[in-house]
Order: sequence, then C-alpha cells, then structure tokens
Amino acid sequence: MGDTAQRTVIARYNERERINHWILAIAFVLAALSGLALFHPSLYWMSSLVGGGTWSRILHPFIGLVMTVSFALLVLAVGKHNRMEERDWKWLREMPKATSHDDPRLPEVGRYNGGQKILFKVLLASMALLLLSGIVIWRSYFSAYFPIGVIRLAAVVHALAGFVLVCSIIGHAYAALFWVTGSMGAMTRGFVTPGWAWRHHRAWFRENIRAANPRTRAD
Amino acid sequence: MALQSLDIVRRSATTTPSPGVRGPATGEVAKLIDVSKCIGCKACQAACMEWNDLRDEIGTCDGTYQNPPDLSAQSWTLMRFTEYENPKGDLEWLIRKDGCMHCADPGCLKACPAPGAIVQYANGIVDFHEENCIGCGYCITGCPFDVPRISKKDKKAYKCTLCSDRVAVGLEPACIKACPTGALVFGTKEDMQHHAEGRVQDLQSRGFDQAGLYDPAGVGGTHVMYVLPHADQPQLYGGLPAEPRISAMVGAWKGFTKPLAVAGIALTALAALFHYLRVGPNETTEEDEAAAARELEKNHG
Repeated sequence: MGDTAQRTVIARYNERERINHWILAIAFVLAALSGLALFHPSLYWMSSLVGGGTWSRILHPFIGLVMTVSFALLVLAVGKHNRMEERDWKWLREMPKATSHDDPRLPEVGRYNGGQKILFKVLLASMALLLLSGIVIWRSYFSAYFPIGVIRLAAVVHALAGFVLVCSIIGHAYAALFWVTGSMGAMTRGFVTPGWAWRHHRAWFRENIRAANPRTRAD
Repeated sequence: MALQSLDIVRRSATTTPSPGVRGPATGEVAKLIDVSKCIGCKACQAACMEWNDLRDEIGTCDGTYQNPPDLSAQSWTLMRFTEYENPKGDLEWLIRKDGCMHCADPGCLKACPAPGAIVQYANGIVDFHEENCIGCGYCITGCPFDVPRISKKDKKAYKCTLCSDRVAVGLEPACIKACPTGALVFGTKEDMQHHAEGRVQDLQSRGFDQAGLYDPAGVGGTHVMYVLPHADQPQLYGGLPAEPRISAMVGAWKGFTKPLAVAGIALTALAALFHYLRVGPNETTEEDEAAAARELEKNHG
C-alpha cells in the first residue's frame, strides 16, 4: 500500500476458487473442533467453541457435509493440475538432497509440486472415507440402516481418517502461512509476484508468461 | 438419573480418578433372573413403567406375546418370548427378561465421549446421567448386548438404571418387588451367585444337564445374571450372546489409539514449529524477482 508503482503480478486463484477455499477452511476448522471434542476427553473443551457437547453432535455432520461439498468443488477446480508426473516424483526424490531451491538437480515445478500433489491425494482419500463412515455413524438419520459391525468399523475409520486429515492440514497451513512466504496472497487477493512463481513453480511461471497471463496492477 | 454420589468408580470420558471415597461395604449388588421360574406375566415390565414414569406408545400385536416388540427409550425392560423346539421334538416356551446387564466392563461407558454421561457406581450399577448425554449414540456402538436406546423426543440415551435411585436408599429394584414367582431376586453379587448355585443344582437334578449361571467373563461379569436351563446355548433365549465382549473395533477405536493420535497431532504441530525454528521461512528474494522480470522482459519486451 502507499506504493503506487505499477507492478506485474500473476493470477493464481480466481474469486470463485478463493471463496470456496475459505468456506472449506472454515468448515474444516469447525468440523475439526467439534470432531476432536468427541475424539478424546482431553479435547472435550473444544466442544464449547461450537456451543457445547450436544451442539457438537448436532452440527458436526452438517459442517462435515459442507466441507465435503466444498472440497468436491475444489477437486473440480484444481484436480486436473494434481496428477503426478515424472518430474514430480523426481522432485520428491531429489528434494531432501537439495542444497537450495535453485539446485540444478531439482526439476522445474509446475502449478503444484510433488508434495502438494501428494497432500491433495491424501486429502481426497481422507475426505471420501470421512464422508462414507460419517454417514454410517450419523445416529440421528442413518445408523439404523446399518448392522452394528459396520457401525463399529465406520467409527474406527472415521477417527483414523480425521486424524490423517487434521495432521495433513497442519502441514498445509504451516507451509502456506509461515514457511513459503508470499503464498497467502494467492488465496487472499488471488495473485502472486513473478519472483514467487519463478522461485517455487518455474514451469508454471513459464507457461503463464507464454500465455501472457501476467497483469499490471497498482497496489 | 442425576444422583449426588461419592461412590463412583468409573465415569465416561474422564481421565482422572472419579469421586470414590465411599466403597460398597456390603459388596456389589446383582439382580438374578431365574428363567426357569419366569411365567412371562410382565409384572416386571409394568413395575418398571410405573416406578420410572415411562409410558411407551401403544403398538400393534405382532402375533407373539412380546410387547412392545423391542426395548425403547420408554421400555427399559422387555420379556422376550421364544418358541424353541428341543431335540426331543417338544416345544419349550423360553421367556427372558431383557435389559441392561450392568457389565463390570461396560462397553457403553468405554465408548461414551461425554464426560459424566455414563457412570459406574461402586456397587456395580452402570447408570446414564442424561443431563450430560449429547445424544451421539456411541453407547449403542459400544454395547455388546444392544441395550441403550436414543429417545426420539429428546435425543438422549436411556436404559435400565437397576433402579439406582431405589437401591441407593436400601430398596430393591421395582421389577424385583413386582415379580410374583421369585424368578427375580436381588442382593449382593456373592449372595446371588450362591443362590444361583442352588437353582442350577436343582435344575440339573430335574433333567436340565446343561443348566448354568450366565455371568459372562468376557465383560468382566455382569450385575444382572441369568439362571438358564440351557446355559450351553444362551442364543436360544431371544439372542442372548454366547460370549459377549467389547468388540475389538470398539477397543481399537477407544483404546490406546486415542492418546497416541492426540500425541501425533501435537507432534505434527511441534514438528512444524521446530522446522520453522531450524530452517526459517522460504522467502522470495530480490534475485528471484529480478530473474523473473528478465524472463518477462524477454517474452514481452
């Protein structure tokens, strides 16, 4: 702000994608709080953040549905960019050995790197498991249609998938908020700087400038 | 039932000791149901309704004497009627009073996520404190006997209390008081086991070789026990499980995995923090911007 110089920026997420992402994020936080409250007694206090234990029980499945639908929209938007390619596997293999982001052994990264793509697949799997098992243990509406053995299995699957999802999102949030600086702008204003794109997603940066996507913005 | 009590040995979703200074000086209690003496009069069902102020919906006759057809939030005990043709070709009319077994190792309490919604008193009674119940139904998932029921009216879980309110003031449960044949007796668990021994011997002397006491060890024993003429086949009696135990799934769901998972989540967050402290942020530098600008220039300049 204040600096009125014209700056080139690169568009990463459009309005629709950003709004959906934040609906997803809010739904995740509320579902995680109300879910973790029932996950272990030491976390029961979290239920008060959604109005108490009974409100946790009532709201959690509906919030979960919002999260699932929102995630499905996200899959439609970015799923096609998250297919693993040869260079992603190579990037994952070489990454631990790399001395800097500019290490010549590292292949250039497209719109998403190998780590992000793995995260995407883990999220997809855990969301699918949470949805299916969640329906089975949704006592108010659905549990009566399932035999007790299936309900017990679903309870275990739900807890396990929830654990994987929470851990994955901690990693995702850490990378975006603290680790890779300049990432947040992509999900708030929708733009990244050319330097950010060049540093972290060079192949995507080059596709972009060939397609003449960069815009000039006055911040 | 909310009951001020200092003799709770276990409390759901609670990891610290429960108020337990008062012990059961007179021993744990038990209800003994002698199936061989039961005439199926349902006085126990009526007494349970009366004492607990429960009135189930008037249903329809399903062609058997069993009425209502199943346990419900308004029917905490139920006579289950089974017509069994024994190997000799004779009809045996098996009648079993169903309801909470008050397990020493209660699956409902293990599964319950709401602190204090399920308690186990020192006398062995497992009680639901509905004011703490959140209505999730995990108790149903945990119960090896399919006993708890969620009320449609208030979405809370209900089951037999073993008349904990009556027992607390030295009375026997309402069903015991109403039984006209002595099929139901109540006392200390030890006395009831002793009483059962005599009943089992009597039955065996009268041709029921397999008569025995049903006090399943898989759930640590129960505080509602049966004398069964066919103790080798408890399933005959309206599906009474032969070897009830807390399901391995429920054990995995509510056992050691939970504290491990909580530790796992905490460690993931700590790992992120330590990563930041060690490696720091991955910042876009001036050189990155300059290199990007050069490429942009080349393309559009």
